[in-house]
Amino acid sequence: MRMKITLASCAVVVSLLWSVTGLAQESHIGNLVGHANRGKALYQRYCIFCHGEYGDGTGESAPYLDPKPRDFTKAVFKCRSTPSGSLPLDSDLYATISRGVHASGMPSWKPLLRQERADLVAYVKTFSSAFQEEKPGESVSIPPEPLSSPESIKRGGELFQSLNCWSCHGKDGRGHGPSAATLTDSKGYPITPFDFTTGSRFKCGDSDPEMFRDLVTGLDGTPMPSFANAMTPDQRWDVVHYIRSLHVSRKPRGMKIQSEGQ
Amino acid sequence: MGIGTLKGIGLQLLALGSLLAGVQPAYGIPAFARKYGLPCSACHEAWPMLNNFGQTFKDNGYQLGNERDAPIYQEPSYWPIMFRTTPIWHRENNNRQAVDLVPGNASSGLVESSVTTSGFDLQGVDVITAGTLSKNISFFVQPFIGNNSISLAQAWARFDNLAGTHWLNFKFGKFELDEPISQERSLTLNNTGGLYYNYFFTPPGDNNFFAGIGFPQLGIELSGHSGNDYTRYSVAMVTDSNGQTGLPSNQAYDVYANFNQAFEARWFGKQQVGVYGYFGQSPTFFQTSGGSPIPGTGTGNRSFYRLGAYGHWYIDKFDFYTFYMHGSDNVFLGNSVPANQPSLLPLGAVGPTWNGGFVEGHYNPNPRLILIGRYELARMSREANPTIRGNAGNLDSWTAGYRWYPIMSPRAGLAWVQEYSRLINAGAAPLSGKDDIRNSYLMGFDFDF
Repeated sequence: MRMKITLASCAVVVSLLWSVTGLAQESHIGNLVGHANRGKALYQRYCIFCHGEYGDGTGESAPYLDPKPRDFTKAVFKCRSTPSGSLPLDSDLYATISRGVHASGMPSWKPLLRQERADLVAYVKTFSSAFQEEKPGESVSIPPEPLSSPESIKRGGELFQSLNCWSCHGKDGRGHGPSAATLTDSKGYPITPFDFTTGSRFKCGDSDPEMFRDLVTGLDGTPMPSFANAMTPDQRWDVVHYIRSLHVSRKPRGMKIQSEGQ
Repeated sequence: MGIGTLKGIGLQLLALGSLLAGVQPAYGIPAFARKYGLPCSACHEAWPMLNNFGQTFKDNGYQLGNERDAPIYQEPSYWPIMFRTTPIWHRENNNRQAVDLVPGNASSGLVESSVTTSGFDLQGVDVITAGTLSKNISFFVQPFIGNNSISLAQAWARFDNLAGTHWLNFKFGKFELDEPISQERSLTLNNTGGLYYNYFFTPPGDNNFFAGIGFPQLGIELSGHSGNDYTRYSVAMVTDSNGQTGLPSNQAYDVYANFNQAFEARWFGKQQVGVYGYFGQSPTFFQTSGGSPIPGTGTGNRSFYRLGAYGHWYIDKFDFYTFYMHGSDNVFLGNSVPANQPSLLPLGAVGPTWNGGFVEGHYNPNPRLILIGRYELARMSREANPTIRGNAGNLDSWTAGYRWYPIMSPRAGLAWVQEYSRLINAGAAPLSGKDDIRNSYLMGFDFDF
């Protein structure tokens, strides 16, 4: 009897430790279930030199990178489908790992197995207690995209001016507006506004719906705010069409947001 | 089998050994780690062996595709260069080496004797510069500084993502073929177990100039892959010069092709299967001047091929290579007879054929340690000359070792290596025709910066 009690006590202690250390953390992306204990080994192999052992963005390579690696302990993420100020969905973190972050040191990790990426999501969530204390926000809705037209682009250009997008991104969208030199991210590091004229890829995705989504959610941790209340959905599409028109060479990007793993 | 034939086999093995000694060791490229701030382990299962992320990076023309690849984004002080060297201590043993009965007296007669040598050594220095000349144009140059020589192991440029697709990439120069399992990236370094023998196998008495798909070759290559690198192909056309620069010995071209497909088995990891083939022609004689061959005039070409299948299987932290090859040489190549003198063919001569393969397993509990084990064999299925004993040329090789990486950073790599290998060449002892057995032990450091 005493033996059974001892064993049960040990099991409880191990479970508590497991839970406290966060290694019981899971991620759910479609039918994939990621496990933090497996993600830890992957993190140490692939991520630790930039994001650091404790996920605080102070890895060995961090001083040489611009922009700086994400600090996971703050639970603030640029690329989300959830409203500004809320936690991202697991699928948002999975998409970022899979896609990479354009024009940064973060490459696409799509060559990793889908299961491995799901495991990494689970482990990244262990760096902040926010993922245990709060629920992520609801995914923002994205209405169907109307066809781009000269009128839509013209309206988008007017909004680009009236909403002061140009003060950071510049009147020609090259990212050298009058405020550009003064911008910093949430940790005080200098940050450069995106140059819309180079290529057709963005920080958080390549498609028009993803650009629309960014206007709703903003890029948390950067000076890019949410325009959820400042524009109607139609106006957001106008701005998307205007930004597309700034590309030196562009292709139609009316594709759906990737939902790999589902 | 006569003593002359046995001596011939022994000499062939010696020649093969000398040839293989020229194969340069593999490499990791910390120049890339420095460029991107990534550790060795991001691209390497255990350097120099690539993982899928590293293979994708390589197949993309050394580009991550995050707008940080082109030289314009690099610090002016950044120079894409690295070196690698391997100071080691090793012990080599051959159980049946032909030695003079009285040392120093060549006329005293030969006897077979076990010979053992050991000592500190250095396997030369690889200098590698590689990267992108501009977006979608990559390059690789690898001079090798040996103990008494300097050679150019590889030098090529590649146009990547032609027409905006991963499926079209064009390479030219001297390059490693897209081998099923990379010889250049082999995890073992020792004299008898540092090679995949099947890549270099030539039957006894064969004078095929082509010495193996394990050598970098001169030519062009068209290749492509899917976005995640799970589907890959390559087709190369190379001169039959075995990678030797200068005027080709032969006026023929060989073709090599490789295709592989990977898939995910969720709880096991990535699984990959592939097929490959090398089809070529090799000269059987040269035009001569005063009896001496005139370079570049190889003629009387006769055909040969190597083909097979392979797999790479993951079971969590274990992974296994499985490799199979079938080889065949024309009867003139197999008997070292000029094609213009068929009367010299021995009675009953045929083209030699053989089968071979290996299984190589790794246990990689963490990025700092990998255990390695390999068994390789080759079996003659048809000897070129019916007077040659049926198993002549057969070989068996066992290799075991580990690599430990105490330093793994975005700046440099250092591995402590220990390996043991045993090779049995059936009937290859130079005098008795008994089995020739070689043992090799190696320990040392393998580092690059």
